[in-house]
This record gives sequence, structure tokens and C-alpha cells, in this order.
Amino acid sequence: MNVRALLNAPATARKGDIVEIRATVQHPMETGFRPGADGRVLPRNLVRRVECQFEGQTVFAADLHPSISANPYLAFSMRAVATGTLVVTWVGDEGFKHSESARIGVT
Amino acid sequence: MRPRAGRAGPGLAMALMLVISAAFMAALTPAWASGKDTRRSGFEDMGRSTQALQLDDTQNPAWLWVNDGQRRFKADCASCHADGGAHSLRGAAARYPSYDVQLNKPLTLDQRINQCRVRHVQAAPLAAESDDLLALSAYVALQSRGVPVQPDPDPRSQPHRERGAQLYARRMGQLDFSCAQCHDQNAGGRLAGAVIPQAHPTAYPIYRLEWQGMGSLQRRLRNCMTGVRAEPFAYDSDEFMQLELHLKQRAAGMRSESPGVRP
Repeated sequence: MNVRALLNAPATARKGDIVEIRATVQHPMETGFRPGADGRVLPRNLVRRVECQFEGQTVFAADLHPSISANPYLAFSMRAVATGTLVVTWVGDEGFKHSESARIGVT
Repeated sequence: MRPRAGRAGPGLAMALMLVISAAFMAALTPAWASGKDTRRSGFEDMGRSTQALQLDDTQNPAWLWVNDGQRRFKADCASCHADGGAHSLRGAAARYPSYDVQLNKPLTLDQRINQCRVRHVQAAPLAAESDDLLALSAYVALQSRGVPVQPDPDPRSQPHRERGAQLYARRMGQLDFSCAQCHDQNAGGRLAGAVIPQAHPTAYPIYRLEWQGMGSLQRRLRNCMTGVRAEPFAYDSDEFMQLELHLKQRAAGMRSESPGVRP
């Protein structure tokens, strides 16, 4: 299945501005505690870590746990210092890995 | 101390009866049937943070499906239904369910999308309630955002609409409730902690926080039916199509807001 993700960052910003980054990824976030229709516990399937890098430098990271909803949505802010590419990477159980990138033009 | 009815006299008893019967009539008359339009979308009963989630396209999780639908639409549908072209789908979703001449009955938007795939794209129909179909219908519904709901004017849809109105008023399930009892007579009241909405289907398909995913109007209706311990109608059954025709008639003129977010 192809992974669906949303990454929203302003296309342009003024140098020194604080900009908001919003990231959503489609993921079941199965806790590992719930029984399925057949009564057996569904295996845990979580996004374990979200990392955001701006031109190779980590600007935000979070560890996710079973209480986070499906399709987790995260918003955070960063200071725009230079033009560059933002890459958000979601890594999880069962070999899950997905990246989205967005370019921020700083003037 | 108990008040004694005998003391009040016949005049007061009559007045009381009048007040009670007036209240009873008011309860029976749907809110939207009175002169001033008192219809409200379920959107207005949501918390502010849920409203914000729907209003901002960069936060609305339904966009996970919309983006996918757009990709599919460009691949399979855009050669006929180009935006701004003769077969543009702007406003189309607001008119469904709509009468289909070939099948000789009204079709819901999802059924119409599948018919279009079979007849014109020569592709297999998508399974009801699948992510693929929800993605397409979410993208098509987005083309009608802001457009008032327009019930199908075809007179051949009318018998189905009347059947839908009957279903809406019919008691069902072990709890023996009809749709109308909650959504006309007790709309605005509370069922446990949740406000009972007036049930206007203006935002479907919706991202429902409880589902942690996207779902169609039929999924929502099946939810209500299991809630009253009734056996839900099957997906794509005529009953659901007829109910939707009736619901769209009730919501005529209200603004489409798909894809919505609901708690």
C-alpha cells in the first residue's frame, strides 16, 4: 500500500520568522492491546519516531506511543533562517518508513 | 405537599391541556418546517477545536483521502470531467442521489462513480466503503463545497424519496426508535454527552474522530441502526439510497461542506 502523508509548511517566509509546520501520516497506530474480530490480540503496529530535518539538521523529533490516535497529526514551529528543504520522516513497526519534503524560501 | 387538581377548576385544567398539546405539536413538527429556517449543520454543534480541524485544509485529516482521490481522478476521470469543461463536476455531488436512466432508479454518488467506472473507464467497480472509493467520492464532493444541496428534480425519483421519508419515520430495532424521534423531535437535546444533531448530510464523506478514519453517509446510518439494535441495511441497498434522497430533501438549500470532520 502506498503511504499517504500530508506536510504543510509555508512556501515563503521572512528571515527570522517563526513558521508552523504541520505533518499528518496515514497509519493505523495499532496499540498491541486490542483484540481483533477473531478475539486474538492484534500485533502492535506503531509509528515509533517522527523526525524533522532542515537541511540535514534536526529541528524537531518526537517518540510516539500507543495512546496516540491513528493518522497522527503533529504541528510544531521553527525559526526560518535560510532557504532550504524540510524533510519529515516517520519510522515505525513492521519496517514502516516514509518521508515527505517541502521547500521553504526565505527572503 | 401535593397540589390538588380539584382546587384548580376546569378553566386552569383546560389551559394546561392547551399548553401541553401545543408543546406536543411543537415536538412533532420538525424544526425546519416552521417559517424561519432553524436548520443547523452538525458542524455548529461541534467543539471549537474540531471545527478548526475541518475549516483548515492543512489540518483536516480527510485530505489524506482527498489527495489520493485527486490522483485517481486525474488518472481515470479528468479526460472527460476536466475542471471548467462541459462535464466538470463542480456542484455535481450536491445533486445526488440522482436518477439514472439506464438502471431506472436513483443512484448515490458512490454508486454513480462506480457506474461511471464500469461504463466509461472500463474498470472494475470499487468496493463500497473502501479507501479507494472514499478517496474518489471525497475529491468529487470537494468540488461542491459551498454549493447548496439541491434535491434531484427528476419526478421519477419522487416515489423513492417518499419511501425514504417512510423509512425515516419508521420505528425499528429492539429499542424501537425511528430516525425522526431523535433527529426531528429531540434534535438539540443530548444522548449521553453528545448533542443530537438534526441529521443533515451536508459534509459526507466525513473524517470521524471516533472512527479514526473516513466514512460514508451509509456507514454513519449503519452506526445509528446498530445503536437502536436494528439489523443495518446493506451497503448500496435501495433503502439507504431512498433514505439519502429524503435526507437531501430535508437539507435542501443548506451549504455543502464536504469533506467534513465529526467527533
